[in-house]
Amino acid sequence: MNARDRILARIREALTVPAPKPGSHGHAQEHDGGHGHGDSSAGTRPIGFRNRPVHVARAWLPQGGSTPAEHLARFAAASAELKTDFRCVDSEAEAHAALRRIADDEGWRRVASHHHAMTDAAVAALGRPALFTDGGYPPDDLEACEAGITTCDVLVAQTGSLVVNSRSSGGRALSVLPPHHVVLARRDQLVSDLTDAFQRVEALHGQQWPSMISLVTGPSRTGDIERILVLGAHGPKKLTVLMW
Amino acid sequence: MSIAAQQFLEAAGSITRNLRHRGLIQTALRKYEAARDRKKSAFNDWSAARQSAAETKWDAINHLDTYLVEFASKLEARGTKVHWCPTGPEARDTIRGIIRDAQAKCIVKSKAMTAEEIHLNEALEKDGFEVVESDLGEFIVQLRQEPPYHIVFPAMHLTRDEISDLFERELGSAPTREPEELTMIARRALRRKYLQADVGITGANFAIAETGMVSITENEGNARLTSALPRVMVTLLGIEKVLPKLEDLALFLPLLATAGAGQTVTGYNTLYGGPRQPGESDGPTEWHVVLLDNRRTELLADPEQRDALHCIRCGACLNVCPIFRNVGGHTYGTTYSGPVGSVITPHLRGLQDWKHLSNASSLCGACTEACPVKIDLHHHLLQNRRNAVGDAPSWIERLAWRAHAFVVNTPALYQFAQEVGRIVEPLRKRLQGTPLDPVQSWTRTRDLPPVAGESFKEWWRNRR
Ligand code: SF4
Repeated sequence: MNARDRILARIREALTVPAPKPGSHGHAQEHDGGHGHGDSSAGTRPIGFRNRPVHVARAWLPQGGSTPAEHLARFAAASAELKTDFRCVDSEAEAHAALRRIADDEGWRRVASHHHAMTDAAVAALGRPALFTDGGYPPDDLEACEAGITTCDVLVAQTGSLVVNSRSSGGRALSVLPPHHVVLARRDQLVSDLTDAFQRVEALHGQQWPSMISLVTGPSRTGDIERILVLGAHGPKKLTVLMW
Repeated sequence: MSIAAQQFLEAAGSITRNLRHRGLIQTALRKYEAARDRKKSAFNDWSAARQSAAETKWDAINHLDTYLVEFASKLEARGTKVHWCPTGPEARDTIRGIIRDAQAKCIVKSKAMTAEEIHLNEALEKDGFEVVESDLGEFIVQLRQEPPYHIVFPAMHLTRDEISDLFERELGSAPTREPEELTMIARRALRRKYLQADVGITGANFAIAETGMVSITENEGNARLTSALPRVMVTLLGIEKVLPKLEDLALFLPLLATAGAGQTVTGYNTLYGGPRQPGESDGPTEWHVVLLDNRRTELLADPEQRDALHCIRCGACLNVCPIFRNVGGHTYGTTYSGPVGSVITPHLRGLQDWKHLSNASSLCGACTEACPVKIDLHHHLLQNRRNAVGDAPSWIERLAWRAHAFVVNTPALYQFAQEVGRIVEPLRKRLQGTPLDPVQSWTRTRDLPPVAGESFKEWWRNRR
C-alpha cells in the first residue's frame, strides 16, 4: 500500500464511528437554536452531502450594502480604515490626472504594469518608462520600479478588498513587489460581499483557473512588534485604488 | 511525572513571577481584545456564523477521505505534485528530496506551524541549506533561535528594545525605538532573499476541495513573495485543512481574521491552484503540495474529540486563556500551545507524556466561548484527564477514594472522623502548606476550609 492509500485507509477506518453533531458540544439536543437558519440539520446528513446552501452564512456576516451607492460608501469607509488611498472619480481622464499627480509627488522614475486597455492608457498618460511583465521579466528590474499598476477582477464593499490574479493582473509579483500598488477599476466591478466576489471570480475564471488569485485588503501590514501597526512589511507600503 | 511535565512546572513557576513578561502580554492582548470586539460587533450574528462554520468543518472532517481525494486530483490535473506523508519524518524527507532535486541553495519560508511540528528548519539546516523565515515575527524568533511564542503572534513576548538589540547584533543595524524603522530593517534584509531564493516553502490555512486550491492567509505579503519569485514552491499542510467549497471562504476568512487578530479580513488571502500556467508571466515552474497526517488520524478516530480537527489555528483560545496569559507560550514546550495545544498534543505526541497540559486549566470555558468553529475545548481537557487516568490508574488515588467512600458510607466512622478532625484542626492549620504537611504539594497553594465546630446534624438536633 502506498502512503496515499495508507492515509486514506486510516481516515476511512476512523470515520466508521460517527461524531456528534457540530457545535452541539456533545449534547444531541442542544443546538444553537433560535437563529432560524435553515441549515441546522446539516449534522445529521448522510456522508457525502454537497447541497449545503452556501448563501445561508452571508446573512450573519458584516454587510456590504444592497445598492451601488451603499457599496461605494462602505468601500470608502473600509478603505479609510485600512489606509488604502481610494479615489472614485468621474472619468478615466480624471483618474489619469490623479495618477500623474501621485507620480510627480513621489518622483516615480519607472513603473511596472501589464497589457490591458486600462493599464496601457494609464501608462501612456503617465509618460514614464515602463516595464511590462507580460511574457516574463527580470525580477530585479521589477524590484527597481517605484510602482506596479494593475487591473483587478472585482472589489468588495463589505471588506474594502480587491481581487487580482496571476493571468490577467500581470502575474504573481507585480501587485506585491513594488512599494506602491495602483489598481485601476470600473465602478461596475464593485460588489457587495465576499460571496458575490467569489461568484464573480468563478464566473470569470471557472473554466480555466489562473495559478494564483489574491484577495488584497489594504497595503502590506504587520503588528509583530508590540502589536503596533506598521505598513509596508514586505509588500507595498501604499495601495491606491482609482475608480471611475 | 514525565520530563515534559517537570519542565512545564519549572518554567511556569518562574515565568509567572516575571512582571515584565506579564506586562507585555497583557498590553498586547488588551489591544487584541479591543480590536476583536469592535470587529465582532460588525457581524449581524456572530454566534450563528460560528455555528455555520462548525457545520461546514464538521462536513469537511467527517467526509475527509472524499474531499482529500477531490482536492488532490484537482491539483494534479493542473500540474501540481501532491505528496502524502503519514509521519513527520516522511514529510521531512520528502521536502529534503525536493530541495536536493532542485539543487537549491537558498530557501525562503513563510509561516507554517506544520513545519515547526516536523522540525523542518533544523533538518534542512543540518543538510547545509540556508532557510530564511520571512514573516517578521518568525524572522525575529529565528534570529533568537527560539520557537514561535504564539501561533499567530510569534514575537509577542519581545519589546522593541530587545528586537533592536537583536537586529544590531545579528544584522549590524543602528539601534532604534521605532517599530516602523525595525520593520524596514527586516524588509531590506529580506528583499534580496526573495530574489535569490531557489525554493519557497509555505504553509496553508485552507484546502479547497471543490476547486483544488490552497488558501494562504497573511498580512505582510511575505507569503505572496515566497510563492512568486523562487522557481520551486513547496506547500506543507495538515490533512485537516480541507473546506468543501470555494464560497466557504466567504465565511471562514472573516471569522479567522476577526477571532485571530481583530481584522475584518486579513491583508492577503491568496488562492494557489497550480504552478505557473501557460501564458502567465511568473511563478514557480514546480509546485509540490505535501499533505501531512502525523497522527491527525488518531484524533479523527476519537469521535468525542474529532471536532478538534476543525481548528483553523486562529489563536483566539490562547488569547483568552488565563493559563496562557500567565505562563506564556514557551512554557508549554509544544508546537501548539494554549487550550487547543493542550487538547491535541496528547493525541499527537502521547497521552501519558502530555496529560499534564490538560490539568493546567481552570476549566473556565473561555476558550470554548472564543473558538470561531465552536470546538468544545474545555470539555476535551476533562476527557483527556479521564482518559489519562483510565489508561494508567494511580493506585494511591484509587485507594484514597475507596477509603473515603468507606468512611462516608459508615455513619459511625464518619462521626468519629469528625471528632478527630475537630481535635486536630488547630494543629492542621499550623502545618498546612509547610514541609511537615504530608500533602504539601497540594495545600501549599490551596486553602482547606476549617472543620466546622458543629455539624448540620448536631445543629438540627440542638434546635429541636
Ligand atoms: S481551537 Fe478554536 S479558538 Fe483555538 S486556535 Fe483553533 S479555531 Fe482558534
